Amino acid sequence: AMEEVCARFVSQKISKARWRPLPAAALQPPDLFATGSWDNEDNRLSVWSVGDAGNGGLGGEYQGEPQLLCDIRHNGDVMDMQFLDQERIVVASSTGTVTVFRHHQNNQTLSASHRWEKAHYHVDRDASCGGAACTGVVCNNPEIVTVGEDGRINLFRADQKDAVRTIDNADSSTLHAVTFLRTTEILTVNSIGQLKIWDFRQQRNEPSQIFSLTGDRVPLHCVDRHPNQQHIVATGGQDGMLSIWDIRQGTMPVSLLNAHEAEMWEVHFHPSNPDHLFTCSEDGSLWHWDTSTDISDKPSFLHQGGRSTTYFSHSTINQSVVSAWLSNDPTKDRMEITNLIPNQTLSVNTLDILGPCLVYGTDAEAIYVNRQLFA
Amino acid sequence: PPLPQVVPGADPASRQLCFEWGPAEVLVCETLFGRGPALTGSDAAGSGEGKPGSSCVFVVRRDQDIYIQTLRKLFNESHGIFVGLQRCEGLAGRARRAQLVQVSKNYRSVIRACMEDMHQAAVSARDPALHSQYSTQVSILSAMELIWNLCEILFVEAAAAGPLLLRLLDWVRLHVCDVDNMVREVLSSENPSKHKLFWDVVDVFVLQGRMDEARHLLSKEASANPTSMTMYRILDDLMKKMPVPNLGNTQTLTEMELKWQHWHEECQRYLQDGTFASNSHMESICKILLGDENAILEKKELMTTWYHFLVTRLLYSHPTVKPMELRFYAQSSMDMFLGEEGSPEPLDTILMAAFEFELHQVIKECSIALSNWWFVAHLTDLLDHCKLLQSHNLYFGSNMREFLLLEYASGLFSHHSLWQLGVDYFDHCPEFGRVYLELHIERIPLNTEQKALKVLRICEQRQMHEQVRSICKIMAMKALRNNRLGSALSWSIRAKDAAFATLISDRFLKDYCERGCFSDLDLIDNLGPSMLLSDRLTFLGKYREFHRLYGEKRFSEAAKLLLMLMTAHIAPCSFWMTLLTDALPLLEQKEVIFSAEQTYELMRCLEDLTAGKSEKQEFQNDDVETMKVEMLRLALARNLARVIVKEGTLEGS
Repeated sequence: AMEEVCARFVSQKISKARWRPLPAAALQPPDLFATGSWDNEDNRLSVWSVGDAGNGGLGGEYQGEPQLLCDIRHNGDVMDMQFLDQERIVVASSTGTVTVFRHHQNNQTLSASHRWEKAHYHVDRDASCGGAACTGVVCNNPEIVTVGEDGRINLFRADQKDAVRTIDNADSSTLHAVTFLRTTEILTVNSIGQLKIWDFRQQRNEPSQIFSLTGDRVPLHCVDRHPNQQHIVATGGQDGMLSIWDIRQGTMPVSLLNAHEAEMWEVHFHPSNPDHLFTCSEDGSLWHWDTSTDISDKPSFLHQGGRSTTYFSHSTINQSVVSAWLSNDPTKDRMEITNLIPNQTLSVNTLDILGPCLVYGTDAEAIYVNRQLFA
Repeated sequence: PPLPQVVPGADPASRQLCFEWGPAEVLVCETLFGRGPALTGSDAAGSGEGKPGSSCVFVVRRDQDIYIQTLRKLFNESHGIFVGLQRCEGLAGRARRAQLVQVSKNYRSVIRACMEDMHQAAVSARDPALHSQYSTQVSILSAMELIWNLCEILFVEAAAAGPLLLRLLDWVRLHVCDVDNMVREVLSSENPSKHKLFWDVVDVFVLQGRMDEARHLLSKEASANPTSMTMYRILDDLMKKMPVPNLGNTQTLTEMELKWQHWHEECQRYLQDGTFASNSHMESICKILLGDENAILEKKELMTTWYHFLVTRLLYSHPTVKPMELRFYAQSSMDMFLGEEGSPEPLDTILMAAFEFELHQVIKECSIALSNWWFVAHLTDLLDHCKLLQSHNLYFGSNMREFLLLEYASGLFSHHSLWQLGVDYFDHCPEFGRVYLELHIERIPLNTEQKALKVLRICEQRQMHEQVRSICKIMAMKALRNNRLGSALSWSIRAKDAAFATLISDRFLKDYCERGCFSDLDLIDNLGPSMLLSDRLTFLGKYREFHRLYGEKRFSEAAKLLLMLMTAHIAPCSFWMTLLTDALPLLEQKEVIFSAEQTYELMRCLEDLTAGKSEKQEFQNDDVETMKVEMLRLALARNLARVIVKEGTLEGS
């Protein structure tokens, strides 16, 4: 399926790529995505269209190659970003600032519509260089949660000037990523291998639950929650290991799966087809993890770890359907995993999936779009 | 490459320039050194001090093209090809050659893609200065592709007599595109044969050996002009019959030469019997078919370059030219084409060197003429993989391939963003790559932890322990400055930097003594095996464990641990007083916690401490300290009394 991939060199290292969410009743695949760059003197937030495959070739353009619609300067590295809605994108900066950009679709321009200066900072917020990198952002319109190198957690509301809630010193190490667990609860991962749950309903500035890796406290870089089964959480670590956690029980991961050879930068369950999971890494690979097929005769890449088999048994009532992700019998349930990038060189920093479409961006200054993921 | 560069804003007429070498650039600034008196004398203002020296420092880069935005695509895409080339070994013979030719073609297609982008940029540039800058880049890229293509034919593919000419024809057709507009104009006109450029276009086709296209055009003339029908038929037949070398092995060179001889004689006959005498255009075409140098040279304007002339000349007089004979024809073609007044430009010199198979000369001339290292570095590497540069060692550095790759990669490292590409180039320089990488990687500014992690990964993969330590230390220091003790500790644990871990542990303990509670519990409670990195860190972890046990009211375990911290000398002496004070509440509990033996040990610890102190700092003992010691002594004595009673009772019962 590699022929389906369209590449474009964009002369900037891509740190983030995100599909624009589809309207609720949409049937067509996504056609627009945003990217952010890092490590440039002049970093940019850009919006691209992938056009309609049927109308490809108009104006002599290569069919399917992403076309730049508009871009805007961004102060600092783009550390993370997410669409708040169809028009607004929340961007986290290495300067500690969090900006909401608006994409004006009538005249294809971008503008900053709101900005929280130095939402993350060290010691002195007013010092000229006191900002601390904001490493992660997650939105649930109108709420925006950010985490940073300062170990701080901010809860913003898109239309409010000041933070709704700030937890200073929430973590003594760097918080690398954040995601929503439920509407009032978030999950964070940090640089000492911990996964924490925070509940905004509680006034205490303490996590409601802490999970951690055993042995060497390998930093965790990314986290995603299963879209339907909220107790299943996937994280990616500095050693490239994919950890699957069941946050209903225990404090350690249910399984550790090894494919990458260096930092895993992002992990995403497929939003509507969560038997599929995608991860990308500093080692230049992008793995597609597929638990949907039963392929008992194929060799397995799965290797068990993290805890003993006795620890987890699916004997609990109300568990007629056991997710393939939590199953721990390697002889019965196998996972098919495929590397989608054959000639890997530099880091794949980001990926996003929506419907049949995959977009990813690399340090080799290229963006790739695959519009027939399951073809 | 040693192109003269003008330092903008500097005025060498009034001041001298001084400079300082950097890793990939030169710092230049203006100075009055050595000219002071003369300058002040002529200074009209007469301030006596002269004008203050300019405070500007100019950065002069050794590889300017690295900074051209549009070329980033070239650097990134070719990086992938380069890495691929280094990885693919194992094939041999014909397959290997085909593979190398493919790699060469990939490089060229990247150049061409970049050229198209640059051309688009030039077209859409409104600013004339920008437009001319882009246009210059287009012509440089075009020249690079032209040279590369020729090198591909001669060195990488090493085409043999026969196919060689076909390749050279392709090369000329691909690169002489000045005439394309003319061709398009004539072909799209209503009546091509009446167009004033009609015969020019026919000539262009003939000169480039595009026989089918020439015949097609001629047929239009024939149908419009019935009187010349016979003449046309004969010329058309000659053009159709012209033997060409073929790519397969179906005919030998001798067969080809024989056929060609026949055809040549036939052309000769028609020319001599005056068949074309009534039409000068057709006569001149016939002369070209016969390889008449003067007839070909008359079409100089249509060929535009000497190398086009060379290839046309070869086509019609030496179609089976051997690679080693090229040099003679090339030299004479250039001389004939340029005439006496024309002098060769750098591009001509480079192409000539290639035709002469002077590989090193090609690379040398390219290094001088181009403002980037990209071209020579990649071309040389490819030629090296073709095993063409094996014997050549430089009197400095290692070999030419490595020298050029090092230069190119150093340029990449001087760029704020492209430095990541440089790593793989250094990796494939066996002699000095490692040292270069070590020197350059330490100069990468680390503005976020994420970037630090990327740099760190590069170093760890290559076992560059020194650099790993240095990066972690920098990050740990930054975290410490920002009061992020937890982060600082994580970084020193990653670097296995015991000394720094001790330093941070002391900060934690100091904070504890001042505030009476621990910060960053989430980290200290989760040290795990990394606790063993430094003694102080071990103590910190254990001491925190004591507090946890105490908090959980597991008093006897807490007491045992506390005592152990002192008796096993895990706790630093400076901390003993704090530990003994921590023992106070345990001594005051309702039930007896310390056994008699443990109490004796505690007493010995206290006496050791006070004895050690009284010798050194007898007069510094403040009242609080003395009171503490007294309280401890009292508490210990009472505990001893209670425990003796208790233990005695137990024995007695």
